[in-house]
Amino acid sequence: MSKHSPKTRWERLTDNDIMWSFLSSPGAISAAVVSSIIILACLFAPLIAPFDPFDPAQISLWDGKLPPSWAEGGQSQYVLGTDNQGRDMLSTILYGGRLSILVGLAAICLGMVMGVTLGVIAGYVGGATEAVIMRLADVQLTIPGILLAILINGVGRAALPLELREEFAIYVVIIAIGLTDWPQFARVARGATLVEANKEYVQAARIIGLPSWLIMLRHILPNTMRPILVIATIGLALAIIAEATLSFLGQGIPPTTPSLGTLIRVGNEYLFSGLWWITLFPAVALIVLVFSVNLLGDWLRDALNPKLR
Amino acid sequence: MRNLLDINGLNIEFPTRRGTIRAASNVSLHVNAGEVLGLVGESGAGKSTVGNAIIDLLEKPGRISAGSIKFNGEELRDKDADQMRRIRGDRIGMIFQDPQTSLNPLMTIGAQLVETIEKSTEIRGRKAEQHAVELLEQVGITESVARLKSYPHQFSGGMRQRVVIALALAGDPDLVIADEPTTALDVSIQAQILDLIKKLCKERNLGVIIVTHDIGVIANIADRVAVMYRGEIVETGDVAQILGAPKHKYTRSLIAAVPRADTKLERFTSVDYIEGTTNNFKRIDIQNHWLGETKKQDYDGLALEVKNLDLSFVLQNAVFKRNRRMLKAVNNVSFSVKQGETFGLVGESGSGKSTVARLIAGLYQPDSGAIEVFGANINTIKKSQGNLSARQALQMIFQDPFSSLNARMRVLDIVAEPIRFYKLTNSESETRRIVQDLLDHVGLGAAAELRYPHEFSGGQRQRISIARALASRPRLLVCDEPTSALDVSVQATILNLLKDLQQELGLTMLFISHDLPVIRQMCDSIAVMRHGEICEVSDADAFFNSPTHPYSKHLLDLMPRMDLIKP
Repeated sequence: MSKHSPKTRWERLTDNDIMWSFLSSPGAISAAVVSSIIILACLFAPLIAPFDPFDPAQISLWDGKLPPSWAEGGQSQYVLGTDNQGRDMLSTILYGGRLSILVGLAAICLGMVMGVTLGVIAGYVGGATEAVIMRLADVQLTIPGILLAILINGVGRAALPLELREEFAIYVVIIAIGLTDWPQFARVARGATLVEANKEYVQAARIIGLPSWLIMLRHILPNTMRPILVIATIGLALAIIAEATLSFLGQGIPPTTPSLGTLIRVGNEYLFSGLWWITLFPAVALIVLVFSVNLLGDWLRDALNPKLR
Repeated sequence: MRNLLDINGLNIEFPTRRGTIRAASNVSLHVNAGEVLGLVGESGAGKSTVGNAIIDLLEKPGRISAGSIKFNGEELRDKDADQMRRIRGDRIGMIFQDPQTSLNPLMTIGAQLVETIEKSTEIRGRKAEQHAVELLEQVGITESVARLKSYPHQFSGGMRQRVVIALALAGDPDLVIADEPTTALDVSIQAQILDLIKKLCKERNLGVIIVTHDIGVIANIADRVAVMYRGEIVETGDVAQILGAPKHKYTRSLIAAVPRADTKLERFTSVDYIEGTTNNFKRIDIQNHWLGETKKQDYDGLALEVKNLDLSFVLQNAVFKRNRRMLKAVNNVSFSVKQGETFGLVGESGSGKSTVARLIAGLYQPDSGAIEVFGANINTIKKSQGNLSARQALQMIFQDPFSSLNARMRVLDIVAEPIRFYKLTNSESETRRIVQDLLDHVGLGAAAELRYPHEFSGGQRQRISIARALASRPRLLVCDEPTSALDVSVQATILNLLKDLQQELGLTMLFISHDLPVIRQMCDSIAVMRHGEICEVSDADAFFNSPTHPYSKHLLDLMPRMDLIKP
């Protein structure tokens, strides 16, 4: 062991058990490929999309409700057809997906930062602090997440002045979903902290005389990241679903800047008039994205849990 | 004597993604009926792998690639899984290391015994129960009829190991393989269990293989010894010859590394066959180095004084004080440590010795009593943040080298943490130079600074721990079983290092251990603890030559006898 030179950062990243487990799992590789294609395509939508659905100059109502290019009456420049306002479906899905993914990521980050902070503090400090934080989490978990998100969302919107509602709708949705997610993170973080805090390296840090916040930040936090990473990945899929649900119920992102959920809702109104493509394609995009992110999360959980190997 | 087991040219391989690892190569040994064979080696030597291969319980993906295992003249490698299962239960018994996990916690021990008896013999029903009672009596469990209805958790560790032995004997086997049967037990229990195994071996004319890392166990029980090193058997012979006049260089190193209880040596000699001791790293001149600066302080009082320390743990909490159940972990403990001496705290597990160490280190707050480190009461330090020097003056080295280092930090950051926190240097480059010097000085080499802890072995990690402890320039070092998790040869090198550091830096050490021979080698004064109280405090020589307290005498009697080893 001590003969070869220290590994570089790149070697540490590529030459380890987790990367090996990844490369020898076909399911994980395909899930990673599919989800990164979707995520990258959505994030670079302005570069990739054939049309800009928010540019009124490119939209004409004459082209509205066109079926996909291969169906009867379809036009070749609108591959997946157009919606009721004449926007290209493919471009709208890419832009909508971008919004959904950004909202999901931001919400899960908010939930993670809040949950992990509270969870680590609860686990390390213990006593009354722990009791208060964890009982709060328990109480929140008795309310279904989506109902709570609707509540926070509704209150948040009502608190905003009318002219700002459209503009800030997206932030309200992020906060609503983020706030419903923190108890899971707090529970996992607290559990991992309880394990780590009893280990001797934490005692060594206490004997050195480090203050509690530094011990939590430098010693405990990095060692609790593994399980947190797993639930964050699965949580990302759930957050995207939550956003879609809110938007589908008309509580989320307004139709002027549609997300995947908004698109599905709008399309739903035309489903029985035979305009199936407006709702089907965004729905398929959502399902494939969530499914592949979930698969990645499952694999990560197995790879990081030595007991399952 | 009948030849029971004959292993010839055994090779065991583990294919991994980094190539095939050979866990045992060309291993040949035999066991006769009525004899105890000790298979001794350090961790990673392959001794347990050989034991498991005999009963076809190799961990996946291990496989036997060559050689033969003949049991009563039959080749075991030709048997299929079904036949092997019969042989395992009926004719080869197995005793595992940890009696906590080798019994089913949901079944009474009676049910477990009867199940094993009915599986592996013709005895059924009431007679099987009768046989179970007899077995329990043979392994020294009293009131055995009533005990049949007990669950494993109702037994102590030693009693549970007796039950495991009874289970191993249930099928009336010819051969018993015991894999570290006493490692998880206290010394006093260890002696009883070893006596029991030896007695059963002679009475039933059993062949016994004891797999162990502990020379003391070998000295007490084995008739013949096979020494394993890196997958090979380097030496086989009569126990008196192996311990008294070892031929192979590795065996000599191993025997020399065993701490002796009869005389105190200056250092462990000739432990050079061992990893990490090719010590040609830079030695620093302590007198003129940053590290030696605190040595020049003038204070001539006691290094540590502990007065009437009390601590109780709550076993069961309740709203009303009188309903709470408390455990008095530390009861009126007082002792004092002079500057520059090594003070040993001895006791069996649960005696409260580690709790005392943690109280002194400030990890627990005592219910009452005072702890003074170099004249400063450490329990009041927290309130007056200005006086951090007393906290800096005390550092601790822990037992488990695998949990005492943060796996996410580089060695450099681990060792530099106290230096940076207390701003003991003027610049980052100076910090780095000091860390390099420290790593050199503890025998690890400056190049280790950019690695992560998982790249090091247990002994090397313990050196990192020592470097970290030294980095705040302490004058009192609390060592809580610093070598109990290490192999005996690595233990010798770490103890040598601690002795050197103590002399060079004038350190005071509080050395906590359950291992009397180690205490003998390290300590100037000794305190014996039992049930949270101190039984006896005395000078080390006086303690070993003429102990006054009956419990001290009892502990000394239990020490493994090492008469066979020549100094």
